[in-house]
Amino acid sequence: MWESAALSVTVFLPLVGAAAIALIPHAKERSAKPVALAVTLATFALSLLILASYYLGPAGGQGRAFIVDVEWIPVIGAGYRVAIDGISMPLFVLTNLLTLLCVVYCFHHIEPPGRPRAFLGLILLLQTGMAGTFVAFDLILFFVFWELVLVPMYFLIGIWGGPHREYAAVKFFLYTMFGSMIMLVGFIALYFGAGAETFSMVELSQAAAGGEYGIVFQRLVFLAIFLGLAIKVPMWPFHTWLPDAHTEAPTVGSVLLAGIMLKMGTYGFVRIAVPMLPEAAVDYAPFLAVLAVIAILYGALCCMAQTDLKRLIAFSSVGHMGFVMLGIAALTTAGVNAAIFGMVAHGLITGMLFFVVGSLKHRYHTSTIADIGGGVLQTTPRIGAILTFVAIASLGLPPLPGFWGEVVALYAAFNPAEAIVDAGLLGLFRVLVVFGAIGTLLTAGYFLTMLQRVTMGTPPRRWVDAGLQDVSPIELGAWTPLLVTTVVVGLVPLLVFGITRPDVSRILTTALTG
Amino acid sequence: MDAAEATQIDWFALAPELAVLATALLVLLVELFLYGQRKRFVNPLAVVGVLVALGLVVALAVDGSDRAAFGEMFVADSYALAFKGLFLSVALFVLLISYRYFAEIRTFQGEYYFLILSAFIGMMLMPSARDFVMLFVALELVSIPGFIMAGLRKFDPRSNEGAMKFLIIGILSASTLLFGLSIVYAFTGTTSLAGTAAALTDVTREPLLLVGTLFVLVGFGFKVSAVPFHFWAPDTYEGAPIPVAAFLSVASKAAGFAGLLQVSFVAFEPLSDAWAPVVAVIAVLTMTLGNVTALAQRNVVRLLAYSSVAHAGYMLVPFALVRPGEAALNSSALSAVLVYLFAYAVMNIGAFAVVTAVARRHPGRHLDDYAGLGQRSPGMAGSLTLFLLSLGGTPPLVGFFAKVAIFAAAVEAGQADQAGGYVLAVAVVVNTVISVSYYLRVAGRMWMSEPTDTAPVQPGYALGFAVGGLAVLTVGLGVLAPLVTHVADQAVIAAGG
Repeated sequence: MWESAALSVTVFLPLVGAAAIALIPHAKERSAKPVALAVTLATFALSLLILASYYLGPAGGQGRAFIVDVEWIPVIGAGYRVAIDGISMPLFVLTNLLTLLCVVYCFHHIEPPGRPRAFLGLILLLQTGMAGTFVAFDLILFFVFWELVLVPMYFLIGIWGGPHREYAAVKFFLYTMFGSMIMLVGFIALYFGAGAETFSMVELSQAAAGGEYGIVFQRLVFLAIFLGLAIKVPMWPFHTWLPDAHTEAPTVGSVLLAGIMLKMGTYGFVRIAVPMLPEAAVDYAPFLAVLAVIAILYGALCCMAQTDLKRLIAFSSVGHMGFVMLGIAALTTAGVNAAIFGMVAHGLITGMLFFVVGSLKHRYHTSTIADIGGGVLQTTPRIGAILTFVAIASLGLPPLPGFWGEVVALYAAFNPAEAIVDAGLLGLFRVLVVFGAIGTLLTAGYFLTMLQRVTMGTPPRRWVDAGLQDVSPIELGAWTPLLVTTVVVGLVPLLVFGITRPDVSRILTTALTG
Repeated sequence: MDAAEATQIDWFALAPELAVLATALLVLLVELFLYGQRKRFVNPLAVVGVLVALGLVVALAVDGSDRAAFGEMFVADSYALAFKGLFLSVALFVLLISYRYFAEIRTFQGEYYFLILSAFIGMMLMPSARDFVMLFVALELVSIPGFIMAGLRKFDPRSNEGAMKFLIIGILSASTLLFGLSIVYAFTGTTSLAGTAAALTDVTREPLLLVGTLFVLVGFGFKVSAVPFHFWAPDTYEGAPIPVAAFLSVASKAAGFAGLLQVSFVAFEPLSDAWAPVVAVIAVLTMTLGNVTALAQRNVVRLLAYSSVAHAGYMLVPFALVRPGEAALNSSALSAVLVYLFAYAVMNIGAFAVVTAVARRHPGRHLDDYAGLGQRSPGMAGSLTLFLLSLGGTPPLVGFFAKVAIFAAAVEAGQADQAGGYVLAVAVVVNTVISVSYYLRVAGRMWMSEPTDTAPVQPGYALGFAVGGLAVLTVGLGVLAPLVTHVADQAVIAAGG
């Protein structure tokens, strides 16, 4: 019972919560917050239970567990197939953790026009979409969850966002939808390409490992799926929706967008693109690596030119996701492990960065660096300290998690998969590693410059007089779990690597050696 | 067959049509004896008649045997029954939408309900027709009441203009169709659809024959408002009473497709390699022009009109994939059209229902009237958002699975060495994105702008029920997509695709 229901209950509980919140009468709008908190707490508790029983149960911490496989649309071979394995697990838990903390944060502040009922309802809907994406083992089901996140995020940005919210919301929706639809065509091609005519990810991966797909077919389909995933990640040059969406989104929206939704793209590479189209993945690996390194450098250079804190963090995400993609492009166990680790690290750290910057914006009513004018460590010392800590974590100072993700990715790219070496591309990858390393320096550069301009110096007169409140208990409640997890994962990286390693090597071995 | 056999009539097979016919006559008669406010009671009468007919369709479906009448010109197999079920459900919702609208205009209620029921008889005949003559009669029975209904708002010059355009273009299309049929008849010597297919299998492809085939397809092209035969649609929809616009954009279009399916998947299938490429071009043009023009619209009815042109384009895609003798490919193309039609009916009537409700307070139907609707009437705004997102193909709504069906048909053809299938799939993708941008503009206006008017929209019970029911169907049929695909599959088997 637990085995078959756990995942579905955890994924759909927020949806039920959203429906319940929608039914709350207008006059009792405030009670939406406790309801949402209860739902997300329960969801997070369930996901911890799943994590525990994945280790202690028969799965023993590897392979797929909690498998449900029932017919859904028999005509097209789509099923309700969900399961969880070591690759999904960290992202699944992270999703439920971050959403919980976002709901906690909402007790502190919701951007105008307020309306907590609608706001929290959308957050919960978003949670179902995000969590579902990481446990779907059927391409159509995956796609449904994947697209399900668009609608709530569109409304979150469009209603609660900054001055250019409508533009940013529409751009986000259209850009992502275009990529997704092309990806859907790719999925359908996979369906017809395998003799089995199924959307089951497991069976399709087996078919691919069995050499069902010809190389030309693989290259075409990989391009289609790549487009959908690359826009979501986003990889350079498909990133242009991201700065607008992040800058305009309300704090919680930015946190979830950066913390979880970007990972859906990179997760798609690990779960779908590489295992189902392995030969094309080897062919395209150098291109992915080049784009990834361009993203690292480009993101860092853009960050240096930003005058707005939220925009700066948005561009820093482009760079960080570049490292994740570099790890995937290496196509080795180390690389993909580094990628997943990088996703978790980025989710924790950048989620936290957006929280702090959101809180700054709430107090200063601006996120422009020049208007804040420095001295945050004096006006609101605790917030300043947290910002400093998170920024340093983000620039990859060892032993914080940002470091492990980046350095292992670089190490993996230095020794890419044999197939890539055989193609004579070892030199290219090693050159790319050099540029990637330069990227880490630039990252340190812009974060330190930012810290210097924001946290240090003398605060402008008006902020000193404004009597700004330092970190509030609710904010502290929302942030402490993230800060603690960041430190713990940094000190004991095995917590994540240990979960991901067996399944990553299983997937890669099946895909690349057949 | 001998004369006795030809005049053998299976009355049970005809029962749904007869029920609607009786209702139509009764409505016309009863209305004469009702005065003033009471005239609106013909609407519930019509609803009861449609429900009875729906019950008969279900009874026929449960019975399950293929029935025929008029010497096989009329059949009631599961293909026909699936369409009849669809049409009667559409009729039910159109009647619910019409109730308050026509009660408030207070003109021609008896005539309107008579006309719309007559048109639905024509529609129900369409999927049953297995003969060109029958098909033509059914088509005209749908069109002629439409001409009159489009002009029912006769105090409004736009209504007059729209009805006149519709009439002239409708007659032009009917004559084109007839001309084409006569040419094809000259080559085949039969008016039966199956007989035509048999005769066309090994016929020399003279240019005249191909021209005749194209004329027939063009005749249907008017009906489904495919580019470049779509010019009547926006003006007619704009001028017509909104429930009639809903009828034209969904029911009359679906009837056109029901006929076109028979013609292209059965009768003209042997020649499909000649005409399918033409349809491919028309499909891409239709969706692109419809969507791009819709981008510029500020009147919500015109926006929905162009959007419905675009949807006709998506539905034409599977027609472009038909190839002679490729039974497997053709049947998945056929099934894609059916699935799309079902989904389209649900979401598009839903959109028109909300527009009808809002138009009670804002007869101008301007996009600005929807500003802040989310705060004024969250239910209406939420439903319209669902319908629009579904039209845009967002999962897990029903419109998404309709798009998947189209993609699947196109990609399957693409894998069978028709590279054109991939091109069409990409065209649908690009167009979907264009369409989402204007659907989102309406949705954004409802939720992200401040209301200019604070009063809530009051739809009344019938309309409120219709909107709610369709919203539930939009979500429900999305999650339970197997229901639609199952019905479509049964129908495909019957159509022999």
